[in-house]
Amino acid sequence: MTGDADAFVRPFMVTGGRTRSAGAELRVEALVVAAPDASAASLRFERAAAVRLCVTPTSVAELGARLGLPLGVARVLVGDLVAEGHVRVHQASELSIELLERIRDRVRAL
Amino acid sequence: MSGHSEHQPISTKIVISGGFGVGKTTLIGAISEIEPLVTEAAMTERSVGVDDRGERTGKTTTTVALDFGRITLDPTLVLYLFGTPGQERFVFLWDDLVDGALGAVVLVDTGRIEDCFPVMDYFEQAGLPFVVAVNQFPGERGFDADELREALDLDVSAPLVFCDARERESVKNVLLAAVEQAILHRVTRTGVAVPH
Repeated sequence: MTGDADAFVRPFMVTGGRTRSAGAELRVEALVVAAPDASAASLRFERAAAVRLCVTPTSVAELGARLGLPLGVARVLVGDLVAEGHVRVHQASELSIELLERIRDRVRAL
Repeated sequence: MSGHSEHQPISTKIVISGGFGVGKTTLIGAISEIEPLVTEAAMTERSVGVDDRGERTGKTTTTVALDFGRITLDPTLVLYLFGTPGQERFVFLWDDLVDGALGAVVLVDTGRIEDCFPVMDYFEQAGLPFVVAVNQFPGERGFDADELREALDLDVSAPLVFCDARERESVKNVLLAAVEQAILHRVTRTGVAVPH
């Protein structure tokens, strides 16, 4: 390839060619939130963009869609950012009855 | 990674499934607070059914586009709606999608009822509570619930709702039915002496 290498980043370059990481088990709806002291300033490209997006809790699937990355690549990216302390992930274990009822009430109120 | 204190954001999802072209994306778009997004998921699939070109058997990798929408229910609670590709051969992707789902909606087109059979079988095996939602356009020849239950081989206790996938209020009622089914499913499962 010629030209500005920064202008076009293949998805697999984002993850250094890996498709498995701590992020592999993340659910599509798991919420990614920027760590309170996270700064995108030290990061580049998708990594910086991801941290900026996650100032508002954003799912793994949304990150993929908004950054134009396939889901598997988004998972690896998030896994790396978690490992480096830039973001945290909230993935619910089995929903309690109370939580299900809260969801029902909120849906009813939509 | 888990645990939920009051302040931690919680997300969950409802899987929207059904045969090809039945209106899954329309339904998601009718109630999502964002324009439905699309993400691509690479997956390994088993070569089954008529799509196999014949020369290859075993596993192949396919890229599948997933449509999804988002509903913020309150400041710390987000509900996602994920549309599953309808074809039976994408069953591997369903495993990934179904994990963590509170329930599912099986969207049915009365012109092609049989399209949803594989989906229903799959959810039954996966133990995922679901509701059957019949997408009917106003003025369309209506089937009554009994006829549909018979055609779908659906138990009397299984929820069947009618909807117009384009209408927000109608879609809301479908989601409500799905959540209520999830609650019922949980109560039944954890109940002490509930006959099956």
